[in-house]
Amino acid sequence: MKVGLFIPCYIDQFYPQVGIAVFQFLKKRHIEVDYPLAQTCCGQPLANSGMARESEKYANRFNELFSKYDYVVCPSGSCVLHVRKHFPQIFENQKTFSVASITYEFVEFLHDILKLDSIEATFPYRVAVLQSCHGLRGLRLASSSELKITYFSKNENLLKQVEGLKLIQNENADECCGFGGTFSVFEETISVQMGLEKLKMIQKNHVDFITGNDISCLMHLEGLAKRENLKLKFIHIAEILNFS
Amino acid sequence: MIDHAKNAFEFNKDKDHVDWHNQALWHVRIKRDQARDQVEDWEVLREKASLIKDHTLNNLHDYLLEFEKKAQANGWKIHWAADAKSHNQIVFDILQDNHIESVLKSKSMLTEECGLNDYLEKKGIKITDTDLGERIVQLLKKPPSHIVLPAVHLKKKQISDLFHHHYQSDQFNEDPVYLAGIARQELRNYFIRTKAAISGVNFALADSGSIVVCTNEGNADMGIHHANVYVACMGIEKVIPGKWELGVLLKLLARSATGQSITAYTSHLVKPPPGKEYHLILVDNGRTNILADKRYKEVLKCIRCGACINTCPVYRRSGGYSYGYTIPGPIGSVLAPLRRMNNYYTLPYASSLCGSCTDICPVKINLHEMLYKLRSDAVENRCLSLSKKIMLKLLDKILYYNFLYHTAGFLARKMLYLLPRFLLYNKLNSWGISRELPDVPAITFKKWYKENIING
Repeated sequence: MKVGLFIPCYIDQFYPQVGIAVFQFLKKRHIEVDYPLAQTCCGQPLANSGMARESEKYANRFNELFSKYDYVVCPSGSCVLHVRKHFPQIFENQKTFSVASITYEFVEFLHDILKLDSIEATFPYRVAVLQSCHGLRGLRLASSSELKITYFSKNENLLKQVEGLKLIQNENADECCGFGGTFSVFEETISVQMGLEKLKMIQKNHVDFITGNDISCLMHLEGLAKRENLKLKFIHIAEILNFS
Repeated sequence: MIDHAKNAFEFNKDKDHVDWHNQALWHVRIKRDQARDQVEDWEVLREKASLIKDHTLNNLHDYLLEFEKKAQANGWKIHWAADAKSHNQIVFDILQDNHIESVLKSKSMLTEECGLNDYLEKKGIKITDTDLGERIVQLLKKPPSHIVLPAVHLKKKQISDLFHHHYQSDQFNEDPVYLAGIARQELRNYFIRTKAAISGVNFALADSGSIVVCTNEGNADMGIHHANVYVACMGIEKVIPGKWELGVLLKLLARSATGQSITAYTSHLVKPPPGKEYHLILVDNGRTNILADKRYKEVLKCIRCGACINTCPVYRRSGGYSYGYTIPGPIGSVLAPLRRMNNYYTLPYASSLCGSCTDICPVKINLHEMLYKLRSDAVENRCLSLSKKIMLKLLDKILYYNFLYHTAGFLARKMLYLLPRFLLYNKLNSWGISRELPDVPAITFKKWYKENIING
C-alpha cells in the first residue's frame, strides 16, 4: 500500500507537528508514505469563499500529484470534504481519474481502511472532542444530532483505545464552533460569539485538552481561549494517537 | 444592499439579548428533536417527502392544471399571478368588487413576500393580521423576524408595553396568558365585524382541488368561516398530488417546525358554503425561473417549517432582521439572492457551511451546498466589495504558486514572531479583534520532511 500524504497549507506553515505526527504514525505501522513536495493547498479556502473557478487549478494539480497513489491521507476533514465533494464537480467534463475516491481524512483512514483495533498510545488527560462540521456532516465521521440514526463516532472509537485518556462529553457537542474558514473574518462577530459559547460549554467539564480532526477550528478556539486567559490546551487528534 | 455582518454586529451589542434569543430558538430545536424521536421511521419519512416534492416539481405543470380543474369544479375562483404586483392587484380587485374596506389576514409568508399589507393600506383598505405573533409585529410596524415564530425576537416586557400602549392592558403585567387574552378580546371585535379574510396555504391537493391550512390559534378558521369573501394566496410550489402525500408531509411539518406532533388546526378547505365566495390566487413571482435552474430548483421543495432557521447557529445569534429579507436563515439566504443577487449577496456568506440546515430539513434540501454555490454566483456577478475581492485574489496567488507560497509563509511566520503587538493587532486584522494569532513554529512541515526524511 502506497500512501500519498497531503498536508494542508495552514498545517504546513503553522502546525508542522500535526503533519509529523501523521507521518510518524503511518510509518510506525510500516506503511509506505510519500509526501509530494510540489503541493501547496487544495483550493478549499478559495472555493468556499466563492472563487470556485479559481480553485479549479488547485484540483488539477492535486489530481496530477496524487493519482499515482493507492490512498491519499490528509489530517483535515474540511480539506478532504472539498476533494471528495467538489473535485468531482470540477472534473465532471474531463475524462481523468479523480483522486476524490481515494482521498481519506486521517481518522477515517485509520478507522475504515486500516481498521486499527490497537493504537498503542498513552495520553493520561481529560479530553473533549471538537467534532468539526465538515468531518461530521460531510464525511460522516460521527452521527449528527439532527438525524435519527444510531450514535457513532470514529474519533471516539480510536480515542477509547488510548491508554489513560478520559473522554469528556459536552452539551450541544455538534454545534459549529464558528470557524468556517473566511467566515471567521467576514462574519467576525458571530464567529467569535459561537466560539466563546463553545468554550464555555466545554469548560464546564474541566477538560485538559480539546482535540479534533481540524486544527483550523482548534486554532480559532485556541485564539479565543488565549485572549480570555483560559487554561485549555489544544491538540490535533493525530498528535494524541501518536503520543506515547 | 444588505450587509449581514454589520447587522449581526448591531444585534450583538446587547449580549444578554443574543443569549436569550439563541436559547429560545435552541429550545425549539430540542423540542423538534424530541418530536422526531417519537417517529420510528423518521429518516424514511424524510426520504419519502423529498421524493414527493421532487416528483411534484418535475410534473408541476400537470399537477397545477389538475388542481385548477378540480378546484374550479368545487366552486373556487382561480386566479393566476405572474408576479407580486399582479397578485396584489388581484386581491385589491376582489375586495373592491365586494365593497370591502377592511380585511383580516392569517399568516401568509407569500403575502409578506408580495408586500400586500403596504399595498392595500396605500389603497385605503385596512388589513389586520390575526395571528398573535403577526399582530404584535404589525402593531410595531415591523415585518416578522421568523417565518413560524414572527415575534420570537421580542421579550414579554416589550409585548406588555406594546399592548399597554395600544390596548390599554395593565401596565407591567407580563403574564403571557393575560396578554394573549387581551389580544384575543381585541381580535374578536375584528372577527365579528369583518366580512373578508385572506390566508396563506400550506398544501394544495391536486386530486381533490382542495387546500390545507395549518395553524395553532384557530384564527384562520375564524376569519374564513365568518367572512363572505375568502382569498387564499399560494405559491405555485405548494401543490402536491393528493391525500397520501399530504399524510407524509403533515407528519413532518409540525414536528420540524415547533416539535408538536401536529398543529392544533389542520383545516381542509374544499368548497365554498352557499352564498360565499372562495378565491384562490396561484402566484409565480420568480418561482418558474428557479424551477428552470437545475442548481437551485430543489429549494422549491421547502414546506416553510423553519427548522433550518431554528438550528442555524448564525440565525440564532444574529436575529431575523439581520437578513433584511422576508424569509431569514439558511432558506432565506438561498431564496433572497436568487431573487436579487446584488442586494442580498452577503447572505450566502452568513453561514459557516456547517450543514446543520441540510441535515434537519424534512424534505432534504441541500441548503448549505446551495449557499456554497451562491457564493460563486456572487463573485461571478461582481458583487463582492473591492477589499474582499483583492484579499481573495491575493490569497489565490499565494496559495497556488510554490514560490509565492513559500515566501509569503516565511514572511508571515517571521512577522508573527518579530512584529510588536500594535502592528499585528489593529483594524486591518479582524481575526485579532477577539482572538490571538497562532504561535509560530521554527520550521514548516515541508522543511522538516526535506531535512529529516529526504536528506535524513
